[in-house]
This record gives sequence, C-alpha cells and structure tokens, in this order.
Amino acid sequence: MTDQRIKPVVMPKWGLAMEEGKVTGWLKRPGDRIAVGDEIVEVETDKIAGVVEASEAGVLRRAIGEVDTVYPVKALIGVVADADVPEAEIDAYVAGYVTPSADEAGEEEAGPTYEFVETPAGRLCYARRGEGAETIVLVHGFGGDLDNWLFNIDALADKATVYALDLPGHGQSAKAMPEGGVEGLARALLGFMDALSIECAHLVGHSMGGAVSTLAASAAPGRVRSLTLIGSAGLGEEINADYIAGFVSAASRRELKPVVEQLFADPSLVSRQLVEDLLRYKRLDGVSAALEALSGAFLAHGRQKTLVASSLAALDIPVLVVWGAEDRIIPAAHAEALNGRAKAEVIPGAGHMVQMEKASRVNELIGAHITA
Amino acid sequence: MARKISMKQAINEALDLEMRRDPAVIVMGEDIVGGAGSPGEEDAWGGVLGVTKGLHAKYPGRLLDTPLSESAYIGAAIGAAACGMRPVAELMFLDFMGVCFDQILNQAAKFKYMFGGKAKTPVVIRAMVGAGFRAAAQHSQMLTPVFTHVPGLKVVCPSNAYDAKGLLIQAIRDDDPVIFCEHKNLYGHEADVPEEAYAIPFGEAAVVREGKDVTIVSYGLTVHRALEAAERLAKERIEAEVIDLRTLSPIDWDTVLESVETTGRLVVVDEANPRCSIATDVSAHVVQEAFGALKAAPQMVTAPHTPVPFSPVLEDLYIPTADAITAAVSKIAPRAMAA
Repeated sequence: MTDQRIKPVVMPKWGLAMEEGKVTGWLKRPGDRIAVGDEIVEVETDKIAGVVEASEAGVLRRAIGEVDTVYPVKALIGVVADADVPEAEIDAYVAGYVTPSADEAGEEEAGPTYEFVETPAGRLCYARRGEGAETIVLVHGFGGDLDNWLFNIDALADKATVYALDLPGHGQSAKAMPEGGVEGLARALLGFMDALSIECAHLVGHSMGGAVSTLAASAAPGRVRSLTLIGSAGLGEEINADYIAGFVSAASRRELKPVVEQLFADPSLVSRQLVEDLLRYKRLDGVSAALEALSGAFLAHGRQKTLVASSLAALDIPVLVVWGAEDRIIPAAHAEALNGRAKAEVIPGAGHMVQMEKASRVNELIGAHITA
Repeated sequence: MARKISMKQAINEALDLEMRRDPAVIVMGEDIVGGAGSPGEEDAWGGVLGVTKGLHAKYPGRLLDTPLSESAYIGAAIGAAACGMRPVAELMFLDFMGVCFDQILNQAAKFKYMFGGKAKTPVVIRAMVGAGFRAAAQHSQMLTPVFTHVPGLKVVCPSNAYDAKGLLIQAIRDDDPVIFCEHKNLYGHEADVPEEAYAIPFGEAAVVREGKDVTIVSYGLTVHRALEAAERLAKERIEAEVIDLRTLSPIDWDTVLESVETTGRLVVVDEANPRCSIATDVSAHVVQEAFGALKAAPQMVTAPHTPVPFSPVLEDLYIPTADAITAAVSKIAPRAMAA
C-alpha cells in the first residue's frame, strides 16, 4: 500500500517517442524543501533537454537518479515526502518500487500515437489526449509541429480533451499550403475541428499559431470558448525576420542549429536530435515551397503584415497572453498590445518556446484560464 | 508518416516515387524484369536480391532487362543520360565495374568538363558493395575510394534506410553521374522512413552520436560498428563523436574538421583496403588543415591489404570490428584522460 505522503519523482515521458532519459544534474539536494513547480532535476532525452518540476510539495528525501545515467520512462529517480515520514518508510517505498514497463502501462500510459484525418486542407496529423468535457486544441507556430507541445499535452489532459495538430505544410500533415497564408491556415483549423466533430474548443496558439487561432475565432466566434496566445504573432509588426529567413533557407545541421538556438533562452536545450528532426521535416518534398509561401504571406519587408489585435478587440471571449521575457523572435513587449483586453503574463528565464522552457507555469496558466 | 522499413524497401520506394514524379526516370539492369526462376511479366524478379521488385508492373516499359554485358548497358545508360533520360542502372556488384570502367572513367565523368558545361549526365549507377555476404573476392570489395578518386563522379554510400531513400532521390535528381554504393549486409537494416519523398543534399555528413573526447569518422556498414564501439567506450567514460560521411564525393570536410577541432582525436574507419582509401584521405586532410588541434596521431581502422577471403572465419575478421575500433580509440584516448 502506497503511503499517500510519499510521492515518487519519476523519469518523465516527453513526447510520443521517448522511452528513456538521462539524468544530467540535480537542482535540489536531499533535505531541500520543495514547492509545486520547483525545478528538481535536469533530464536529457535524445530530443531535448528539460527539467523535471515538482507536481507536489514536500521535502526531497532521496535523489536516486545518478548523474549521466540513463533510466527508462517512469523509473524512480527521486522521492518527495513530508519531513515527518520516517526514513524506514522511505527506504521501504524505494525498495518496493517497480517501474511499469511500456507494455504493462497500456495504450493510455504509453502516450498518444499519431493519428490522421482527412480535411478540406488535406490529410492532417494530430494527437489526442484525455477525456475531459472541455476541449483544447493546441496550434503550433511557423515551421513547428504538434511535438512542440510535448511538455504540455499530457499535463493539460487532466483537465480536458486535448488535441494537437500539425498544420498544413507542417509535421506529418499534407504539405500543400492552403491559399491565403495565415487566414488559409485558420480555415484549415476550423476544417480540422469539423472533421473531428469538435463543436467548440479552447484554442491555444503558439507564435504564428496564435494568429491562426485568433483568425479562426473571428471567423467562427461561437466555436471558440477562449484563446491562449503564447509568444503570438499578429500583435505587433516587429519580428525577427532573420530567424524566419534563416529557418527557411537552412539546409544543413551547421546552418540550422544557430537559427533554432534563438528559440530558447537556454540554447543548450537544442539537442542534436532536435536539429536532425527539423532537417528531416525540411527535406520533405513540398516543405520548402510551403514555408516560402507562408513566410511570404505573413511578412513584408521584414515586418509582420497579418495583424490580429483589432480582430481580438471585437471578440467576446476570454483571452490570455503568455510570453517568454527573453523571446528573441517576437518581442515580449507585444504582450502589452492587448492591455486591458487580455490577461498578460510574461515569464522570466524563457524564450520563444516558453511552453517548453517553462512548461509547468504555462500549463498552470492555461489550466486556470480554461476553467475561469 | 514515418514507419520502420528496411534499406531494401527504402531504395525500392525511392525508385518508385521518382519514376512516378518524372517520366524520364528509367531503370536498367540484369534480371530486373525476367531472370531465372521468375514468371517474368507477371511477377518480375526485381534484380538479384529483389530490390526493384514490383516496379515493372507499375511502370511497364520503363524497367529494361539488359544482356549480361555491363560494358554495353552502362554505356547505354550513360548515353541515354546525355540525351535527356535519367537512367538508374543496377550493376549488381560494384566489383563488375572493371569491365565498364572506360564508360564511367573516361566518358561519363568527363562530359560536363570536356563540353564546356553544356552536357549533363544525370545517370545513377547502383551497385552492391562490401564483404560479409560469403560472396568471395570478386563480389565483396569496397571500391568506394576508386571512384572517389575520379573528378566528375559523385560517390554515395548510405548506412541506413532513411539515408538510402533520401540520398537515392537526390542522386536521381542530380545532373552529374552518381555511383550509389549499397552495402549488401545493410539491406535488411530497418529505420524510421517517411512515406513522402525527400532529398538529402550531397556533401552533408551526419553526426550520429555526439561526444567530446574522440571523433570517429566512417560510412556504410562500419558506421554501425563505430556506434557499437562508442557504446562500449562510454562505459569507460570516453565520449566518442561518430560522423557518418554519407557521401564520399563531395565530402563534408567542415563537419569532420569542426568535430576534430573539439575532440583533438581522430579515428577513421573504412571497410576499403588501407592504401589510398577514404581513411588515408580523411586522415591526411585533417592533419593538413587541423594539425594544431590534434592531440594524437590519427588512427585508421581498415580492411587489410588483401582480397576479401572466402573463408567465413577470415571474412569476419576482414571487416573492421567494434573491437578494432575500440582498441584504436584506446590507443589515443587513454582512460586516464577521461578523469
């Protein structure tokens, strides 16, 4: 019988393909007090490096995971418990812990698989998690894909049914770009919701996906219950046009890595595999044309031309704006563009990929926003 | 979407997608349509190991069974390429290049240069390379350095199914003659491969493992041996970076030099014979361009300077092993340095 006061810290599962991860450093020591959201231990997967954050409060009683050692997903790497739990009970808990194997864990535990749906914009790839009454649709940005939400999709699935899609031209979806740039993608998003009979959803958009989500809400106001705009495009003209141009043109690892590093406040998060996965996407037939068409449609002379702030003002739904303070793609100052119209939260220590770098804070904000 | 398929399937898929995309793409070779034991038209054999199986029915008239005369059909493929087709000629074993070397060395490789850039020769010659197949000395050689030596030819040797598909698509779209080397012992090797078409640019090596202590450069089958060695070395706390060259001509010097400038140590693993090989080429270039970064002499792990033995015992010793690679690394990266 598990003592409810003893909480395991386990190797997380980040993304659909993760099977194991390496402990790279402890940020707390045994005996340290832990609050919810505290960063406890650094973990590196072949895709990305990240930090395991506390989901429950207590005292770090054991730091089991050894640095530079690889553990399977859900392996016990630490123990958090109240200070008054006897040492013997902790030892017994550690001794009795059995790592669930991927097979035993079942489909739900093993993580979502990629699914596909036919829509007017072509065959779109998506992942679905959770069974909540509310529905959330996660919309990635320019050049991104549904795995940009790898630290969010499972956490949000506790509160809602969560979909993350690959927009046309992105990820594993059809590569033909719909007419009309960002507006075309907004129509594709609504077409995706039609195809899966999603009547009404909370839209969470990152970067260009924020502009896509806002335009979708304007086009079909009754179908969007709330908007969360993360490092969103469309709230001002400034944008790092060199990043967009560099991302579109980079054909090799050496060209792409410094470009992608601009996405993060901590560039060391960009792993070899993350760059390799992006290159694999960029090499697919049709992707270059799609990215060129799309960047041409939303940028002019190095500035954003698809501006959605006025559309937002006309919408009668709750809007939350989230930004990484160190965003080097779209300035965090744009968070104030909707002053008074939206709740704005600028998170320190994070760059453009704030939903990855400060995942638990962003998940908490989205969770509170959709239940408000 | 990506799913796991073998390198053989990946090559078949690349041919299929390019034949669908471009009617100028044709496939030529021995036994690719008919062949001994094949019902022929109804279910073509698809070449000696079945790599082109299924394509004949999809693209009638565009897979050409050739006589057992390499000099004739390699010449015909090169001529067709000079006249606007994009032929992919299957040479079965790269060892057979001996009988059609003039067509490749003196003709295909020279057209663009001798005709002042006005002629192009978009031919791909696919052939099996490498030992370990119990096929004896005339069907087992790793002759990649021979073709890398010739200006005007591009030389490709993938190590896995993902690269094989993307590199073959690039080879077919490329306007220069490409010698596409397929290691026969990798045909069954599986990897995640997207269903869609994609092209991997030539001259871009893959860093298949990152490490700070030593750079291991290889291509083809021995990339896997290098990775196996790197796993073992990691247990001794020596972090090896493994670079898969993917294409030998053009070659990605930048990635190799950048890595050696970080690690200071180089081991080149090449299944070819040791003299005038990819191993000597890479070692010499690194010594010349990054001498100051080197903390130890570059090491070469290659096949011996002998024909490939027919004895299975000797043949298994012939291809560079993970043991030999580990030993070469240990020689220049002693455990003490890892402390």
